[in-house]
Amino acid sequence: MAAVKPVSPLMDAGTNTEAGLSLRFLYYMSLMREVEDRIERKLYRQGKILGGVYVGRGQEAICVGAGLVAEPDDVLFPCHRDLGLYFIRGIGPAEVLAQYMGRVGGLTQGRDGNMHMGDLKRRIVAIISAMAASVPVAAGAAMALKQQRSRNIVFVFFGDGATSRGDWHEGINLAAVQKAPLVLICNNNQYAYSTPTEKQMSCEHVADRAPGYGIPAEMVDGNDAWAVYEATQRAADHARQGLGPYLIECKTFRMTGHSAHDGADYVPKHLWEEWGAKDPIARMENLMLDRGYAAREDLESLQDQIRRQVDEAVAWAEASPYPEPETLARNVYEESR
Amino acid sequence: METTYLEAIRKGIWEEMERDPKVFLLGEDIGIYGGAFKVTAGMLDRFGEERVVDTPISESAIVGAAIGASFMGMRPVAEMQFADFITCGFDQIVNFAAKCRYRWNAPAPLVVRAPSGGGIHGGPFHSQNPEAWFVHTPGLKVVQPATAYDAKGLIKASIRDNDPVIFFEHKALYRKIKGEVPEEDYTVELGKASVFREGRDMSVITYGAMVHVAAEAAEVLEQEGVSVEIIDLRTLLPMDEETVLSSVRKTSKAIVLHEATLTGGLGGELSARITEKAFESLDGPVLRLAAPDTPVPYAPTLEKAFLPDVEKLLEKARWLAAY
Ligand SMILES: Cc1ncc(C[n+]2csc(CCOP(=O)(O)OP(=O)(O)O)c2C)c(N)n1
Repeated sequence: MAAVKPVSPLMDAGTNTEAGLSLRFLYYMSLMREVEDRIERKLYRQGKILGGVYVGRGQEAICVGAGLVAEPDDVLFPCHRDLGLYFIRGIGPAEVLAQYMGRVGGLTQGRDGNMHMGDLKRRIVAIISAMAASVPVAAGAAMALKQQRSRNIVFVFFGDGATSRGDWHEGINLAAVQKAPLVLICNNNQYAYSTPTEKQMSCEHVADRAPGYGIPAEMVDGNDAWAVYEATQRAADHARQGLGPYLIECKTFRMTGHSAHDGADYVPKHLWEEWGAKDPIARMENLMLDRGYAAREDLESLQDQIRRQVDEAVAWAEASPYPEPETLARNVYEESR
Repeated sequence: METTYLEAIRKGIWEEMERDPKVFLLGEDIGIYGGAFKVTAGMLDRFGEERVVDTPISESAIVGAAIGASFMGMRPVAEMQFADFITCGFDQIVNFAAKCRYRWNAPAPLVVRAPSGGGIHGGPFHSQNPEAWFVHTPGLKVVQPATAYDAKGLIKASIRDNDPVIFFEHKALYRKIKGEVPEEDYTVELGKASVFREGRDMSVITYGAMVHVAAEAAEVLEQEGVSVEIIDLRTLLPMDEETVLSSVRKTSKAIVLHEATLTGGLGGELSARITEKAFESLDGPVLRLAAPDTPVPYAPTLEKAFLPDVEKLLEKARWLAAY
C-alpha cells in the first residue's frame, strides 16, 4: 500500500523566486499545522494516539524556513517540534500519522512513536527522548562529511531547555574544535515544559552561549519564515565554506501546552495574545497578499486542498494495521538474510 | 609471533585502518600521545589527524560523534581512556546507539573500546568492570578478550560488525599476557565462547583476566585429581549459551567466575540459565565467585581482598568437587 502523495500539485509550480518560495513556506507550514491539529486536537482526544504528543503550533516558520535551505543530501536532525522537515524531505502525512498511531505504515513501523522517526536514505535522523542527545551525533555526522570531502552539511534542531544539557555543550565544543560543518538551530519558545528560560539559564539569550565556544551566533524572529530562511543561508554558507558551526536562535512561542495533556496554566494570558498576533502562517499569507503573490481565493483553495490531503492521510493511517506481535524480537541486531 | 595482549589489539586496529579507509579513531590523547596505554601508538603518524582524532574530554560527544559518523557510512572506533568514564557517555550508548537499528532501521556500526579491570592499584575510578550494565542493554554487543590471539581477532571482528560493540580490554592483561598472534588477517567470530581448557569434572565459566586465574587454579586442581574445563565467554552479549550448557552437561558441575561485583553481575544470569536448561545434568549447585559488593578499593590489602583470585577459586572448587 503506497502512502498518499505528500506533495501538493500547487507545489509543482514552486520555484525559488520570492513568490515561489513564499508559497512553499506557506504550504509546508500549513500542512504541518493541519497534521498537528488533527493529531493533538482530534486523534489524541479520540484515543487513537496512545503515547505522547508534542506539537510545534506557532513555531512552524523555524523548521520550514531552515529546512528549505538544506540541500537534498544535507543531513537533518529534527527535534520534537520540527514536523515540517519530514514533509520537506518527501515523507508524507500518511506515514507520519501512522507513526503516531503505532501502525506498520508509520516510519518506524510501530517500533517507536510520535516524532521519534528517521530515514537514513532521506538523510533525516531520528531523535531519542533525551534532550540534546542529537547534538554530539550531529557533530559526528558533520565530522564524517568533512572527512569525506563532501559539500554537504548538517542541521541540528533543539529547544532552549535542551541547551542546559551537557550533551549540547559537548557536541558544540567538539564540532567547533573540529570545524565541522554544523548549523545549530534553536527554537527559543521561552518555555521548557513549564520552566521559563530565566530558570533555565542565567544569560539572556541562547545566542550568548556561542562565544564560549568560539562560534558565531545570531538571533532572528522565529515567526518569520523569510527571516529564518535568510539567517540559515548565512549559517549554511559559513558551514559549507569550512568555517565550522554556526548557531541561530529563533525567538518564538509555543502556542500550546508542552504536550497534549498539558493545559499550560502557568503561561500568563497576555503571552498567548501577544504571540497569537505574530502567527507565522497568517503573516506569510498577508505577505503574499500584500505583494500580490496570491489572491485570497488561492490561499483558501490551498488550505482546502491541505485539509483533503490530510483527510486521505488519516484514512490511510487508520487502515494500516498494528505490527504483528511475532515481529517483536526482530531487528535488535543485524539479521542474516 | 609472541605478542602482548596490548600489541595484539594495536595490530588489529592498525590492520583494519589499513584495510578500510572508513575506519577511524577518536578519543582523548590517542593521537600525539598514542593513548593513555599506548594502544594507538604510531597511528597518528601513519594515518593522520583526520583518522586519529584527539577529542576534548567529552565522553558523551565521543560516543555521540561515533554514532553520527557511523550513520554517514564510517566505521568509528572510540576510545574511553578508562572504562570507568564510560558512564559519561552512557546515554549515547544505551539510548542512542543500542536502539537505533530496532527503532528506525539505522545501524550504528561502531566500537567503543574501554580499558577495564583492577589489580593495578587504580582505586575506585580506574579499576571497574562495568560490563553488566551493557549486557543489560539489547542492541549492544559486549566483548572482552582474554588472550592475545583473541584480542586481535575480536577487535577486527568488532570493527567489521554492523552493530555497536563495547569492547572491554583488561588493563592488567595489556602487558602481562603474551601469546602466538599470526601476522595475517583473521577474525574471531563474535558471539562464540571458547573452551579454553578441556576437563571432565567441573566447568568454570569466565572471561577476561579471570580466565587466567581459572587456568592457574585448574593446574592445582589437576594435581588433586579434579579435572576442570574452562569456558572463556569472549563475547558476553549475545551470550554463547550452547557452549556453556554443553560443557555443564558434560561435567555436571559449574562455577561462574568474574571480576565484576557479585550482585546483578553475569554470574546470576549464567547460573539461572544453567539451572533452567541443564538442571537434570547438575550434580551440585551452580556457584558464583565474584568481587564483593563494594567499590574497588585502593590499598593493596583491600584490593587483594576484593579481587577474586586463585585461592578463593580453589576454595569454591574444592567444596563443589566434594559435593
Ligand atoms: C534528558 C531529558 N530530561 C527530561 C526530559 C523530559 N522533557 C521532554 S521535553 C522537555 C522540555 C524541553 O524543552 P525545550 O528543550 O525548550 O524544547 P521545547 O519542548 O520547548 O521545544 C522535557 C523536560 C527529556 N526529554 N530529556
